[in-house]
Amino acid sequence: MSILSIKANSLSKAYGTVQAVKNVSFDVRKGEIFGLIGPDGAGKTTLFRILTSLLLPDAGQASVDGLDVVQDFKLLRQRIGYMPGRFSLYQDLTVQENLQFFANVFGTTIEKNYALIRDIYVQLEPFKHRRAGALSGGMKQKLALCCALIHKPRVLFLDEPGTGVDPVSRKEFWEMLRRLRDSDITILVSTPYMDEAELCDRVALLQKGEIMAIDTPEGITASYQRPLFAARSDDMYRLITDLRTLEPGADCYAFGEYAHLALAGTASRSATPTRPTTLSRRTSTETIQQYLESKGHQNVEVLNATATIEDCFIELMHD
Amino acid sequence: MNRFFAFVLKEFRHIYRDPRTMLILFGMPVVQVLLFGFVLTNEVKDANIAILDPSKDVASIRLTNKLVSSGYFRVAANLQSPEQLEPAFRKGSIKLALIFPSDFGHTLDHEGTAKIQLIGDASDPNTATTLINYANAIILNFQQEYAQSSLGVQQAQTPLILAETRMRYNPEEKAVFNFVPGVMTLILMLVSAMMTSITLAREKELGTMEILLVSPLKPLQIVLGKTAPYLALSFLNAALVVLIGMMVFGMPMRGSFLLLGFECFLYMFVALSLGILISTRAQTQMAALFVSALSLMMPTIVLSGFLFPRESMPVFLQAVGTAFPATWFIPIIKGVMIKGVGLSYLWKETLVLVGMAVVFIGVSVRNFKSRLE
Amino acid sequence: MDYAIQTDHLTKTFGNFTAVNAISFEVAPGEIFGFLGANGAGKTTALKMLTGLLKPSSGQAWVAGIDVTRKPEHVKRRIGYMSQKFSLYEDLTVRENIRLYGGIYGLKRTDIKSKTTTLLEKLQLEPYADQLVVGLPLGWRQKLAFSVALLHEPRIVFLDEPTSGVDPLTRRQFWDLIYEAAHTGVTLMVTTHYMDEAEYCNRVSIMVDGKIEALDTPRNMKKAFAATDMDEVFRKLARQA
Repeated sequence: MSILSIKANSLSKAYGTVQAVKNVSFDVRKGEIFGLIGPDGAGKTTLFRILTSLLLPDAGQASVDGLDVVQDFKLLRQRIGYMPGRFSLYQDLTVQENLQFFANVFGTTIEKNYALIRDIYVQLEPFKHRRAGALSGGMKQKLALCCALIHKPRVLFLDEPGTGVDPVSRKEFWEMLRRLRDSDITILVSTPYMDEAELCDRVALLQKGEIMAIDTPEGITASYQRPLFAARSDDMYRLITDLRTLEPGADCYAFGEYAHLALAGTASRSATPTRPTTLSRRTSTETIQQYLESKGHQNVEVLNATATIEDCFIELMHD
Repeated sequence: MNRFFAFVLKEFRHIYRDPRTMLILFGMPVVQVLLFGFVLTNEVKDANIAILDPSKDVASIRLTNKLVSSGYFRVAANLQSPEQLEPAFRKGSIKLALIFPSDFGHTLDHEGTAKIQLIGDASDPNTATTLINYANAIILNFQQEYAQSSLGVQQAQTPLILAETRMRYNPEEKAVFNFVPGVMTLILMLVSAMMTSITLAREKELGTMEILLVSPLKPLQIVLGKTAPYLALSFLNAALVVLIGMMVFGMPMRGSFLLLGFECFLYMFVALSLGILISTRAQTQMAALFVSALSLMMPTIVLSGFLFPRESMPVFLQAVGTAFPATWFIPIIKGVMIKGVGLSYLWKETLVLVGMAVVFIGVSVRNFKSRLE
Repeated sequence: MDYAIQTDHLTKTFGNFTAVNAISFEVAPGEIFGFLGANGAGKTTALKMLTGLLKPSSGQAWVAGIDVTRKPEHVKRRIGYMSQKFSLYEDLTVRENIRLYGGIYGLKRTDIKSKTTTLLEKLQLEPYADQLVVGLPLGWRQKLAFSVALLHEPRIVFLDEPTSGVDPLTRRQFWDLIYEAAHTGVTLMVTTHYMDEAEYCNRVSIMVDGKIEALDTPRNMKKAFAATDMDEVFRKLARQA
């Protein structure tokens, strides 16, 4: 058996005239946390549905755990765990009843696979007689994970598990995922949050149904090649406007309390790097500082910045 | 635990935890039966009646006066001949006609018995039945008075007035006997079809359908698991409605309970498969509700003969009506409960329902997808 | 100084549950104020009181100088509101949506016309003016929704989770619009439970269980909690509570 857990080969899917997924290929290795990172409408959910055998692709093939998603869908469905994007449990059943139900549906018992969910379930235990609908966002998410895990799947599909969940629960959730990876479960997770990319082993950046890049998070940020600065002042609106006119080809966007300024430098992904313009070679934190102060900005601060996944994503969107 | 029973258990939990579902399941049938029973048949005052009295003797005039003085009736027309009856009814000016024979008083005095005819307006069967019941009670009362009065002393026994009641248009139509089967038909359709279509659509709406599809549950298990609880509850409902019909409104039960149970089961099966059929198309609970209300409730109420006699419908609507299971089920219940007939008389209707069940379930199983659209 | 928004022990109770517990804060004109908290922390209830939809149980609040408990209808006319969940009618065209909102806020017909032209031009939506909103990409819709919320030139605009789920570039473009509005003196109150959205605000408050547990600039807050981002601030705050 191959060490690949998921193989997607040139998958395409259209809804009417809308091409949701275009020629997408990627592999996920066994025991890996693989992230599909992209905004709403990027095609994440469609890919998930194809890989969980819920949708037939228009073109391309895919296999999960060695099983074809179209031919072997019945067998496949026994081996995967799926947590859809919306909270998809029975709100009028209690925590325990939900878990019991899914265990029965998969022909197993809670006791049999308790070891796998113990860490998560202990937190739910005090509320086991509470109806799922009355749980907090974080608790709902934990219950959904338990239900998806109760039959000890070999591949876990988590579609936007972090949406609508507070930061504390979000962090705990990712810690749980890392423990699950250690028990040899392959995890495919999707998220619109760029900051969650760093928590994955490898990620695919998805936009408008196409994969823009696949790499480790470090690999992706390392491939960013434009000179990048972070600047702040008391007036963000003027700061951004002024920085955009600093020199030709400069892009500037708000990044939290800073604005990121990307200069026209080496194109990030071309095989033969273009020569940095003389203009940007001269540009430094000092020159930007002076420029901004000359424009009347107060409390100016300019730093050399390292690219984040978001910088890379924006850059790739420009390509 | 078995997959299927786990599913059924879950379904029962959904039902009894949702007050609205419980209300629809058990509140609605009771309220509907009582509503149709009382509201539609109650409070008749000063109803216009026509009298045809060729005898014009003391007895007939006294009876007429007694009817009028009760406050329920008002003589709107004194007819001279039976031919005037038809136009009077057609104009809608009278609700009931009382017809004396030409020798009413004479026969009553000398033979101790006399016949009269009460003719009700079957286009409004509920009112007609009520009026006839009132009239009968007054006639009964009159008999006793008449016996004690000087005119009747020579009789050893109480004279007997035989009131023969007749409905114009369709003589079998009786209000109580009409609405109980009608409500039963409606309720079973509602509970079986509407609730199953909604409950399946709810799984789609909540996104839980995705999880169910991705599980080893077979489509048939999902469909049967969804419908089994409603089948059981519908049965309870049917029993409840029959019971109210019999206890509160004096509905007869002349046929076999076993046959009634079997026919109910068959009809529910048809309704359930219709519900599944709707849900294979409807994506949301609202859509399911809308489609079932429009395509099932309305025809069941309007076209099946529940509220309006089918005989008085245009031929086209009668034909449309035959497409709906209710149209076939109402004659079955009436046959079993009122006429007490067996399967040998009802095989045609039963066969139609069986055919419908086969078609609907076949189409819906074919439509049910193990994948999303 | 006249505040754009001011609350004084604003409280809302439902039965014996206190959804909003005596919150007091001020927002200056032209400020971008982040109103954060987990789901169920009381943000929505507070927002409903400030927009005149819900009567406070006790305490006071002024929005654009108007007492919301006494004159909620006056408040409604002076504020704009945009939520991610619902802002535009999907089955109306871009132009029809603009006209509708202009009409709702009682703008003159000629004003609506001229504003529609400027707005379409600014958002580069002219080619799509007569297309149904449902066909527009999410990011465009959000930008349009924000511009429509500004149509009647409100001094204060409430934004409910405006940029969740959009791509990073569209989000920047959205924030460009917000900064621009703030630059012209409009006050913006951004309600969100996404902490990374908070870092774009001038000041933020974090609500936990109906109370405001922290209120400062994101920078100061990160310093005070020795945190690298607002997520961490929130986590540390939650641990204290």
